[in-house]
Amino acid sequence: MDAVLELSGVSKQYPGHLAVDNVSFPVPRGSLFALVGPSGCGKTSILRMIAGFEQPTAGELSLNGQRIEHLRPYERNVSTVFQSYALFPHLNVRQNIEFGLKRKGAKEFDGPVAKVMNLLRLAGKESRLPHQMSGGERQRVALARSLVIEPELLLLDEPLSALDPQLRKQVRLELKSLQRSVGITFLMVTHDQEEALSLSDGIAVMNRGKLEQVGTPREIYLKPASRFVAGFLGSVNWLGDVGVRPELTRVGHQPPGNGARSHPARVRAATFLGNCVHVHTELSHGAHITAEVPCDHIEVAAGQDVHVWWEPEDEIHLPESRA
Amino acid sequence: MSRVRTWALAPAGGLLILLFLIPMAIVTSYSWMTRGPYGGVAAPLTWENYARLFDPLYFSILIRSLVYAGIATGICVLMGFPLALFISRSGGRKNFYLGLVIVPFWTSFLVRTYAWMFLLRDTGLINTALQALGVIGEPLPLLYNPFAVMVGLVYGYLPFMVLPIFSTLERLDRSLLEAAADLGARPLDALFRITVPLCKPGILAGSVLVYISCLGAYLTPDLLGGGKTIMIGNLVQNQFTTARDWPFGAALSLILMLAVMALLLPLVRRGNEGLL
Repeated sequence: MDAVLELSGVSKQYPGHLAVDNVSFPVPRGSLFALVGPSGCGKTSILRMIAGFEQPTAGELSLNGQRIEHLRPYERNVSTVFQSYALFPHLNVRQNIEFGLKRKGAKEFDGPVAKVMNLLRLAGKESRLPHQMSGGERQRVALARSLVIEPELLLLDEPLSALDPQLRKQVRLELKSLQRSVGITFLMVTHDQEEALSLSDGIAVMNRGKLEQVGTPREIYLKPASRFVAGFLGSVNWLGDVGVRPELTRVGHQPPGNGARSHPARVRAATFLGNCVHVHTELSHGAHITAEVPCDHIEVAAGQDVHVWWEPEDEIHLPESRA
Repeated sequence: MSRVRTWALAPAGGLLILLFLIPMAIVTSYSWMTRGPYGGVAAPLTWENYARLFDPLYFSILIRSLVYAGIATGICVLMGFPLALFISRSGGRKNFYLGLVIVPFWTSFLVRTYAWMFLLRDTGLINTALQALGVIGEPLPLLYNPFAVMVGLVYGYLPFMVLPIFSTLERLDRSLLEAAADLGARPLDALFRITVPLCKPGILAGSVLVYISCLGAYLTPDLLGGGKTIMIGNLVQNQFTTARDWPFGAALSLILMLAVMALLLPLVRRGNEGLL
């Protein structure tokens, strides 16, 4: 696998707090890679170390096989789309986009600028100031400003968090098609598991400064390496060392009788969510199992005795000690 | 609620009427009168006090005041901006350095100006030291000249430049500088492309404060200029004291005030657009 960026043994020690603990993973060239984890897990520190705003305490960072830890931010061919976008408020859209080109000593501005402005649907907005634009437009300016200098790697810090929810899904799709069309590797930091799963080609999951798992969204969702990963990327019903996702859990008035794992249970509550129903049940020994079932699948009411079951191959086996 | 609001205005408003508007009206009416035989004012009404301002003797003092204030403001920008930048980037020591900027205000301005005289005069610290080291034979003429006045003005009003610039620097979003570096700007480039332009409101506010203060300065040119390099403030004082020409003094003060207002008006307008 051809990696544009390679982290090996990277650590970041702050006074009294190890933010990043011996993290290694490659970022494949041309991919949209997501670094996910809860807030404070160290993912943003990693992004800032790649950009050069912070220095790793230990470990190596290689961009195209060249060590970059010692390079200043302005010497690295990576570019960042900041969470707040960090557009220069005194410069208009065009001046913002040209900023990087001028710093890199480009001779030709008009062509590349027009190209990214068209790509990001900003044509005609050249002379707007950042405060005259909507959140979505500002984000597109930030993307344009970074993409125009054609970095080896584009870093995105929580790219969708500042947008309102209606816009978020649309931008998610746009971001993915943008990455495909420019072919530049995107490394995105997010705490939103849905965003990571739906957008990325590869995911690295972090928790408390440590890397938990690296893989494709499918691998990480279906074969989580730890209870943390399983729980972070979706909900899981745990019965001892065995877990099963709610959407793979079924509810029936009768046991299925086909070799599936079946348990008698009592319905505690059923929550209607529009596209599905969450049936919360309790097994005889007190364990709670939630099943996500289609709306028309079954009529249940609180207090009813039912059976919950799932296919053995859908089980996730992870001992409790690895929580 | 609106009644409370009205009464809240009363103390400051009353003070302003009693101690500012009424004296202003008196000064304005004096400026059209003729000087009395023993000071004070007398009839008839005249424009002559305003006409006298164009007497080359007085006009040159007015121009000199405007120029000196301008130069002092320029020097304060050049010294104050780097100092404010240094303080805003000193992390935990920020308040300590800020305190050092403010400490001189704990002492009377008069005392501090006298201190400068002890430093600058022929037998002062600087000349004595240079002579002792054999650098110079005769003392350098450091006091009672335009140089001394400029030193005094810059020294006295530098804090008024540093503080507003410091406060705009503090409000500057650090991620903008990271973004600039990220896009390939070296530190000095980022300073002139991002930091300085975004600090314009602070630089402007500081410049207004320093310029107005310098324009009205009278203690500094009086003590450090030795009566040779006088500015419009000294001229006003002279008219009310030794020259006993109150009407002319009144006309001069009004002109000074109008000059300041003419200067401030465009800035206040721009302030309404969110620049100041």
